[in-house]
Amino acid sequence: MGNWVVNEGLSIFVILVWLGLNAFLFWWYYRVYDVPDKYYYSRQLLGSALAWARAPAACLNFNCLLILLPVCRNLLSFLRGSSACCSTRIRRQLDRNLTFHKMVAWMIALHTAIHTIAHLFNVERCVDARVEAKGTIQAALSDLGDKSGETYLNFVRKKISNPEGGLYVAFTYLAGLSGVIITLALILIITSSTKTIRRSYFEVFWYTHHLFVIFFIGLVIHGAGRIVRGQTDESLKQHNPNKCDKNFTQWGKISSCPIPQFAGNPPMTWKWVVVPMILYFFERLVRFWRSQQKVVITKVVNHPFKTFELQMMKKGFKMEVGQYIFVQCPTVSHLEWHPFTLTSAPEEDYFSIHIRIVGDWTEGLSNACGCDKQEFQEAWKLPKILVDGPFGTASEDVFSYETVMLVGAGIGVTPFASILKSVWYKYCSDATSLRLKKIYFYWLCRDTHAFEWFADLLQSLENQMQERDNAQFLSYNIYLTGWDESQATHFTVHHDEEKDVITGLKQKTLYGRPNWENEFKTIASQHPSSRVGVFLCGPEALAETLNKQCINNSDADPRGVHFIFNKENF
Amino acid sequence: MGRIEWAMWANEQALASGLILVTGGIVAVAAQFKGWPFAAYAIAAGVFVCLLEYPRGKRKKGSTMERCGQKYLTAVVKVFGPITRNYYVRAILHAALAVPAGFLLSTILGTACLGIASAIYLLAALRGEEWNPIEQKPQERPPVGGGTIKQPPTMPPPRPPAETRKKPPAELAGQENPIPVTVEAE
Repeated sequence: MGNWVVNEGLSIFVILVWLGLNAFLFWWYYRVYDVPDKYYYSRQLLGSALAWARAPAACLNFNCLLILLPVCRNLLSFLRGSSACCSTRIRRQLDRNLTFHKMVAWMIALHTAIHTIAHLFNVERCVDARVEAKGTIQAALSDLGDKSGETYLNFVRKKISNPEGGLYVAFTYLAGLSGVIITLALILIITSSTKTIRRSYFEVFWYTHHLFVIFFIGLVIHGAGRIVRGQTDESLKQHNPNKCDKNFTQWGKISSCPIPQFAGNPPMTWKWVVVPMILYFFERLVRFWRSQQKVVITKVVNHPFKTFELQMMKKGFKMEVGQYIFVQCPTVSHLEWHPFTLTSAPEEDYFSIHIRIVGDWTEGLSNACGCDKQEFQEAWKLPKILVDGPFGTASEDVFSYETVMLVGAGIGVTPFASILKSVWYKYCSDATSLRLKKIYFYWLCRDTHAFEWFADLLQSLENQMQERDNAQFLSYNIYLTGWDESQATHFTVHHDEEKDVITGLKQKTLYGRPNWENEFKTIASQHPSSRVGVFLCGPEALAETLNKQCINNSDADPRGVHFIFNKENF
Repeated sequence: MGRIEWAMWANEQALASGLILVTGGIVAVAAQFKGWPFAAYAIAAGVFVCLLEYPRGKRKKGSTMERCGQKYLTAVVKVFGPITRNYYVRAILHAALAVPAGFLLSTILGTACLGIASAIYLLAALRGEEWNPIEQKPQERPPVGGGTIKQPPTMPPPRPPAETRKKPPAELAGQENPIPVTVEAE
């Protein structure tokens, strides 16, 4: 039986707190505008649509505060680094940053919709009250402000009837214009952030996403016009709306009901978003400053099948296993930053990334580094590279477990290259101080091409482990999930040889997908009452499978075996 | 940005615009805002745009993720041949559809979004992109084993079956004793 609380509990808690705060803010601000006398006359004019517009506005303030925080990756890395005291569970929480960012974004979209629809009603009613209502309290309220010494309640002053009146208001008032512009920006951001666009056309997603700058500027000035009006406190002392609303024709003529005075609410949004905006601004500054530090390419290695490796050095660069960096190459593009997992170990004196050529940018980079040329390249011909990072992800936590399962699918094996190398260096220098005692490594690959550079690493590890007489430390399983007839024949013929025909490793390649149920059960039986870290870099479907297996195979008993799932993503 | 198929983004944007048109239209019609006939038009236009844009076109490179249940609409959209295949037509169509909704505040956001979608489609058309339907692959084999085997393997296993993998037993036709044996007759 599983125990999902171990794996999911903290995330669910955070989400529930966030939803609870949203609900609370909505309810609270709804009552602020729906109950007190201050807005009594505003409600006469607008009905409950005023409260329906202001409640999501408060939620929007809250969510716009939150949305910038998960993408401050330097801040998050700093928090992760400083929480060496905190358990790995808290640090895992920070990995869910992108998921949280998306959830907050959807909440912003929802509240924008409610807010906009409520304001459609408000505008319609305000304009109608100004133009058409005759002899009603709405007319009396709307007329306020025409004479000198009066303050207005109905912000619509020109008498243009609907539907033109509404359009005029929307495009001539600051709130209307800024609202339309930022809603458009939000829609463009959302349509360019769908999975299809993000995965296939990253540049469209990245550039369009920068419309958030316009969004935040518009958001802050949105309320500057102060068109949400309520009765002033002094006026409320002299003019009680509950009593005076009935004799609205006699306001100012009788002493108990002087003309009511109104004022607009000052804009509040800036108070909510100013701190995250400053934090994000510093985040971008830090990224820029870090990227300006000189990076030298010390070696470019051409691997077969459209993969190349860049080995670089940068002053003061410190990394940990499985971290990633963002790379920019101005000769290829001035604005694009792309993430790559580091494939070198911290113990090495250079850092490296392996890049697969899949699109414009990677192809441009490979050409700039001279990968398409046969002859030796001079060092000065290599392009300037900017590097931001390194940023931490789940892989840093590998060393805090005694037993780990590492699962990499295809190119997703790259963070594990770093881990395995680092484990090996640590083992060689001082095996006793290494908490990690057993690694189960699974590599799933669709074609044999991908084996090349990584297989070399595994081969050297295999040899060294044999020398040290500790062949059990690392048990790895390579799964080939796709093959054709001719390859199948080849495998069959060479089946009995000592070294595997594809990888040249002693451990034979397995075919098809692993039976995860069996794997987990075997490991659980061999390591009872321990926490096993499960690390994946691969596709969503596999993440779901592994997550489920972790939950199902973890003991409900806290003393039993627990599988903790960690997924790496960008 | 050479490999971007703008039509993919235009498609997302147009689909969103359709939904926004429908929403704005419903609000104005339900609340009977002034000029609500424009909103009624917006609902119709929005529904039409959604139906037209729901089936995603086939990408030139790589595989395309279909939207859930889009094959029914693909069949309909395919019927119109060049009218739906050509993105110039779509750009002009969306621009034209967007205009009447611009007369009402409730639906003007839909106008703006659809206008942007139209512009992106124009860009796509200038790049020579086209809408091609995603065809269904024909069923390869009928399910084997009465449907109890969920995903039968399509490739032969690359190892010979277990029996042939065992080393063949050594020749046991007869054991040669090093010491000659004589049978003592009993």
